[in-house]
Parts: sequence; C-alpha cells; structure tokens
Amino acid sequence: MTQIHPEMPLLARLLGVDGVRHPKDPASAHIARSLWQVAQAILLFGILAWLIYAGAAAMEYRWQWYRVGPFFYRIIDGEFIPGPLINGILVTLQLAGISSVLSILIGALTAIGRMSNSIAGRSIATTYLEIIRNTPLLVQLFMFYFVLAPIFGIDRFWAGVLCLAAFEGSFAAEIIRGGIQAVERGQYEAADATGLSKFDKYRYVIVPQALPLILPPLTGLLISLIKHSAIVSVIAVSELTTEGLNLISDTYMAFEIWFIVAGMYLVLTTSLSIMVNILEIKMNRAR
Amino acid sequence: MSNTSARPQPDPDTLIAFEGVGKWFDQFQALKDINLSVKQGARVVVCGPSGSGKSTMIRCVNQLENHQQGTIHVCGREVYGNMKQLEQVRREVGMVFQSFNLFPHMSILQNVTLGPIRNSNLSRSEADDIALHYLERVQIADQADKFPSQLSGGQQQRVAIARALAMKPRVMLFDEPTSALDPEMINEVLDVMTELADDGMTMMVVTHEMGFAREVADRVVFMDEGRIEENCGKTEFFAGGRGERAQAFLSKILQH
Ligand SMILES: Nc1ncnc2c1ncn2[C@@H]1O[C@H](COP(=O)(O)OP(=O)(O)OP(=O)(O)O)[C@@H](O)[C@H]1O
Ligand SMILES: [Mg+2]
Repeated sequence: MTQIHPEMPLLARLLGVDGVRHPKDPASAHIARSLWQVAQAILLFGILAWLIYAGAAAMEYRWQWYRVGPFFYRIIDGEFIPGPLINGILVTLQLAGISSVLSILIGALTAIGRMSNSIAGRSIATTYLEIIRNTPLLVQLFMFYFVLAPIFGIDRFWAGVLCLAAFEGSFAAEIIRGGIQAVERGQYEAADATGLSKFDKYRYVIVPQALPLILPPLTGLLISLIKHSAIVSVIAVSELTTEGLNLISDTYMAFEIWFIVAGMYLVLTTSLSIMVNILEIKMNRAR
Repeated sequence: MSNTSARPQPDPDTLIAFEGVGKWFDQFQALKDINLSVKQGARVVVCGPSGSGKSTMIRCVNQLENHQQGTIHVCGREVYGNMKQLEQVRREVGMVFQSFNLFPHMSILQNVTLGPIRNSNLSRSEADDIALHYLERVQIADQADKFPSQLSGGQQQRVAIARALAMKPRVMLFDEPTSALDPEMINEVLDVMTELADDGMTMMVVTHEMGFAREVADRVVFMDEGRIEENCGKTEFFAGGRGERAQAFLSKILQH
C-alpha cells in the first residue's frame, strides 16, 4: 500500500505514509488515517528512545552532551578551528568523492571488457569481478594496505581510496552492463545497418538510451559508498569513523559520539538522496 | 575467403551475389546453399512460410547475421570479417525493419541526419538539407521536429525509409516493412516503396503483400526450409510456373 515514490515528500517517506489519496476515501478519512499512521510511527520512535535512555540509566551511563560542541569546531580569538568530527567528515567526503569517480571509470572499463569480443578483455574483467565479489571487503582492504601499498609506495588514504573504488567498481560494472544490455536489439541493428562505427553506435545510439537506466542505481551505489567508506577506519585513515573512535578513546563518551557519527552519515546520505531525487524529477520533466 | 575480397566482381552490374551460402544457428541450419544475384535496378521480392529463412538471408547481406559457408559480395566487395570494410558495405546498403527501429531519443530530423553526419563527415546544415529532402520524399518533412513516439506506425516506417535513403545507398533491403502496421497504414508505406522502385532503386523486399509483388517486383524468390525453392520472373511466378510448395503457399496467403 505504501509505495515509495520519488516525488513523495520526504516526511511522508520517512514515516512510510504514501501521501496519495486512495480514490474511494473521503478526504476526512484519508487525513484521519494518515494522522493515525503518523501517531503510530511517533509512538514507536518514542518507545525506542525511552528504551535506550532507560537502558543507559540502568547502566548508570553519564550522558555528557554539553561536551560535544568542541568535537565539531571551536572558535578561538575569532578564528574558526574545525574539530575532529568536521575534519573527519571532510576526509570521508574526499575519500568517497575520489572513489566514486574511480569506481565509475573502473565500472565502465570492466563493463566494456566483459561485453567485448576480446578474450583478454573478457577474462580480465571476469577475473576482477569474481575476486572482488567472492572475497570479504575487509580482506581486500588488508591486501591493499599491507601488500599492494608497500609495493607501489602508496599511503593509507590512497590505499583506502583504491580499495573502495575497486569494490564499488565491481557493482558499477554490473549496473552499467545491465543498462547497456537492456537497450533493445533493434537499436543495435539499426545503428549497424546505418554503417555507424562501433564507437559512434555506442556514443550516439546505445549509451544515451542506457543512461536513464544506469543513473538511478549508480547514484544509489555512490551514496552507499559514503557508508562503506567507514571501513577504511581499520587502516586508520582519518575519516569520520576513525575520528569518532579516537574521540571515544580520549573521552569515553561512546554513546554520544556514536549517535553523532551515525547522525552525520545519515544527514549526508539522505541529503544526497534528496538532491538526486530532485535532479531525477527535473530530468524526467525535461524529457 | 578473404583473399578473394580484392578481386573485382565479374559483373559490375551485380550488386548482391550469394554463392553457396550456408548459415547455422548452433546446430540448426537456417540457410542452405543459397545462390542469388541481384542486379542493379532489380526489384526482388522474397516470400515463403514463416521460419523459412527470409529474414536470415536478407540480414546476411549487411551481415546483421553472419554466414559460415559460401561467399556474399555486395557492390563488388566480399562481406566477411573485416569491420572497416563491412562498415563501408553497410553504407551502400539501406535497411528497413519490420519494427521500424527508429532511435527513440532523437528527433525525426536527427534520426535521419545521424548517418550522414557521422559517416560522411557532412556539416549539420548539409545533413539537414539532405534529411529534409528525403523526409519530403516520404511526405513527412512537417514532422521533422517531433520524436518517433509521437508518430503513427506508418509515419515511423516512412521516416525509417528516409533514414536509410539519406546514406544514398545503392541497394535497399526491406524485411516485412508493413507487417507491423495497422491495415490503413500499409498503403502509405507501399506507395513510398513503389515510388522508390519507379526511380530505379535496387530493392530486395521480404513481404507477403502479393499486390505489391505483382505491381513492383521483377523477380520473385520463394523460400522454404532454408532453401531458395523458386527464383523466377514475376509473370512466370504468378502465371503458375512454380512448384507445388510455392503454389500451396500462394493460395494460402491469397485467401485473405
Ligand atoms: N537468432 C536466432 N537463433 C536461433 N535460431 C534462429 C535465430 N534467428 C532465426 N532463427 C531460426 O532460423 C529460421 C529462419 O528464421 P527467419 O527469421 O529467417 O525466418 P523468416 O522466413 O524470416 O520467418 P518469418 O516470416 O516468421 O519472419 C527459423 O527456424 C528461426 O527459428
Ligand atoms: Mg522474418
């Protein structure tokens, strides 16, 4: 009943209310039912919050929310000094941004390799996909950091970037390949019959039709890359999760800091999703 | 096979020449020992029951399907393997499909100009002129700025014909160009094809429109089970100088 629809207002989606009036509902019943659903959601969240609070109280956890301000930033002599959390999220953004670009590149190349007639291209692409998909991300990260990084002389930041890019690239490759193969056969044939070169065929006929199929899942992938980037904290790249861990070992404020870190990821990814949704709606209108 | 490709065709008037062509889909042989030549200006209609290999044969001409046996020469060049040479051949051969296959993300005008711009390095305005000329010829120039989905089937098919013509091909291939159309639109497409024939275009047409064959064809090829069973002049074909199977097939499709 509650379908997630891109044009739905965010609040409605968060609460799982579809915001669409069912045809036979009188308006008042519709409003009453929506309100009841909102109430249910608030009740559930309330119970959860209370459980956490009560649990913490039972452990005699001492909440120290008043101390968290400086973790974000301090102002000393009128000068803005970013704290560890701001620094961390900037590194996370950098990490995710660079890996995104690389993973799209890797994905596109792998997709091309898999679809090509060249045996070398196909076997390299398939080997890469099989290795990445059938080993744990954590092990891949250790491989990059402890084996490849010393050999090629790359630092921990770039080891993290490359590992994430290789990991997400394998998913991007399948998304891109799926989009391209979803274009009707007749389109390939018409392009061939016109005598277009292979490059022109893809550039002017196939890719423009595949892009609307590729972009939504690809943006979803890139947003989830932000979350996956937390894993590079195990090689101590100073991104958000690492900074959170450091703060906790300094202050023992585990509860506050984990809530804040999770909240920061949440704000980042949901605001990106909203931006992408708006963009998609605009693109659809333009067409 | 490939060392014969440079050899000039014995008869420069022959635009398409099949010699002993065989084609397999895995184990299944779809074409058996096809021999056929299409001369400049010829209008060959190909008919036969469903699954007899008509599409497969016509698609071998521009290698949308590749054959495994025998040789096919188009405009004097052997079509096989070499991509660059194949692209050249494909530019001399226009093709019209049953399902139109227009590019849905491009306007009608762009559909027609894509080939000329990318293949012949024409400027946009030169290509636009050519495209409008051919769109006028199929009487659809007034729709140039629309998109394929906004046109009726008959209109789309006429655009597809203009798109193929814009490459100034020497041969046009049609694979059941009217069988996806509503009955009232069939004639607008057949009329365009008849005009093309009157202008001397060399054509190979897979169709069950026997009225069109009677009016336009000079040869009729009848296929059955991957073989060419009949290949004769139109008058001969319709006068009954044909084998049993062709007879049975004809009476079946002429009934309705
Ligand atoms: N891609 C393919 N893979 C396997 N078999 C195929 C393929 N294309 C065609 N065939 C088979 O080859 C035979 C000839 O097919 P073809 O499409 O050439 O027939 P046709 O004469 O055009 O029939 P129709 O009148 O139905 O279009 C059929 O038996 C068909 O099943
Ligand atoms: Mg067919």
